[in-house]
Amino acid sequence: MSDEPILQVKDVTKIFGGITAVNHISFDIKEGEILGIIGPNGSGKTTLINCITGFIKIASGKVMYHGKNIAGKPAHKIADMGIARTFQIMRPYYSLPCYKNLVIPLFSPRAKRTGGWRGGGKLGDRDTVGIDILEEIGFERDSFVPYKIASTLPTGYLKRLELARCLALKPELIICDEVFSGLSMSEIASMVPLIERLQMGGITLIMIEHRLRELFQVANRVMVMNFGEKVIEGTSEQVMSDEKVREVYFGSEASEEVMKYA
Amino acid sequence: MEERRKERLDRGIKIRTDKIYALMSWRELSYLTLPRLVLIVGMLILPFVIPSAYWQRVISIVCVYALLGLSFDFLAQFVGLVSLGGAFFIGIGGYLAAILNTSLGLPPLITIPAATVIGAAISTLLLLPCLPLRGVYFSIVTLMYPLVAARIIEALDILGGTDGIMGVESFSSNWTEQYFIIFMTLIFLFGLRRLVNTDLGLVFRAVKDNDQAVKASGINITTYKAIAVFIASGVGCLAGACLVHIYMWSGISLFALDFSILPIAATVIGGAGTLVGPVLGCFILVPISELLRAFGTLRIVFYSLILVAFIVFRSEGIMVYGQRKYHQFERWVKI
Repeated sequence: MSDEPILQVKDVTKIFGGITAVNHISFDIKEGEILGIIGPNGSGKTTLINCITGFIKIASGKVMYHGKNIAGKPAHKIADMGIARTFQIMRPYYSLPCYKNLVIPLFSPRAKRTGGWRGGGKLGDRDTVGIDILEEIGFERDSFVPYKIASTLPTGYLKRLELARCLALKPELIICDEVFSGLSMSEIASMVPLIERLQMGGITLIMIEHRLRELFQVANRVMVMNFGEKVIEGTSEQVMSDEKVREVYFGSEASEEVMKYA
Repeated sequence: MEERRKERLDRGIKIRTDKIYALMSWRELSYLTLPRLVLIVGMLILPFVIPSAYWQRVISIVCVYALLGLSFDFLAQFVGLVSLGGAFFIGIGGYLAAILNTSLGLPPLITIPAATVIGAAISTLLLLPCLPLRGVYFSIVTLMYPLVAARIIEALDILGGTDGIMGVESFSSNWTEQYFIIFMTLIFLFGLRRLVNTDLGLVFRAVKDNDQAVKASGINITTYKAIAVFIASGVGCLAGACLVHIYMWSGISLFALDFSILPIAATVIGGAGTLVGPVLGCFILVPISELLRAFGTLRIVFYSLILVAFIVFRSEGIMVYGQRKYHQFERWVKI
């Protein structure tokens, strides 16, 4: 972990009509770090990452990536710079087999430049590289899972496919929008080491999650959002013991009640 | 009464495993190549078996429509852009070929490729503004352009005005005309089929499936939509250029709605998303429309009835139905 922030979000604000979905949010993330973002439904987490990745235009504020302001750039340019994202509602190419799903990111200018996935050298046959990535991420080649049409796969594989699509770009930063949600306990248990492996591979991650236990297990720092505002940012212990966070999640009256059982 | 359901099983033939064709016998080889051979050979012997010059001309027109149908099916089913402007491509290609031929005196062998490429570039440029938009805008704009173009030529009295450009050179003979356009249809049919399975074609299909995910993969979707429109409008312009050299005349009727609607109808009948479907559909619809000519305006009624019947009873189209029957066993099983 170096001390240089890879991404600095400064005062980002997004207004939909009369609703301020993201209100003056600022945070930094260092290279190789995992930052968790939590908050109740509708607190603006997904909007925030849509702002960072250029899928929606921000009203004001700056998004500095490697010291350069990327706010206002189109989504594909931002992805090209190395910020990959997953979608909360999975967006595979349903009509294509899984490994063909990865041909598309491997076709991108960034993959051609970086050599895709492991990088270095010339990008070989895209089908083969795609199958390699899928195998790495837990698609059993022996049972022909990479060859199955994406629409026939269960949620667990589709979530992994989302991650695989990010990996194919050889990104520096991956923003995961609820990769654990909708998965069974055992599926999550197998995803956690995968996330840790990505971090060891030098990838910085921002993770939006509702599964707090698993998130706290992997995240270096956690930011809590509510009504589009930042409530607190700190280590898992700091966040868990914070009075305001408990208020956000359980309401002010209930928090004492809950603490009896905690 | 016991309940039954239809079970469908793929035919047990290992056609290929990961890019290696594993053909074990002549039977399997013919299973794969026979449908393609029937189509190719069938189209190539058509000019021989059809006796009258009138019907030979109809075959040429069928191929013009087939090219338009291919262009429509490719854009709509593999890129997700529903083009209602077949007439625009025909018009652009047709007028370009006519101008190049009459003012510069170039032979058809040069005017047709030139009109294809220049026409595709012009069409793509004009459609570029609506490519970043999602939704029906592309369809509406493509529907408007042929109407606008025809009225501009009429109002400003340019390019021959309502009389059109006459004295366009014809193909050197009936045979060259027919074989040229039949070959073009076959080349673009199999070329496009191949294209949609290459990596570039996968990007096109991904844009249709899910453009947000393509953006998130660092690919500029507008660029790829533009490439696809260039290809499709090129096919359309080629058809237009051929048509002008067949009729030896280019006029505002090239922008007629027929050229936009008939290919779409042919795609519905033939089976969308197969690329062969529109070609087959044109071979059914265009001759029928010629046969019904005797009925005068009543032919539109017959024509519409056929279309409605297809949409109601076989909305998937002939080719999709045929391919399913060919590749799968069907049997009834008790539930």
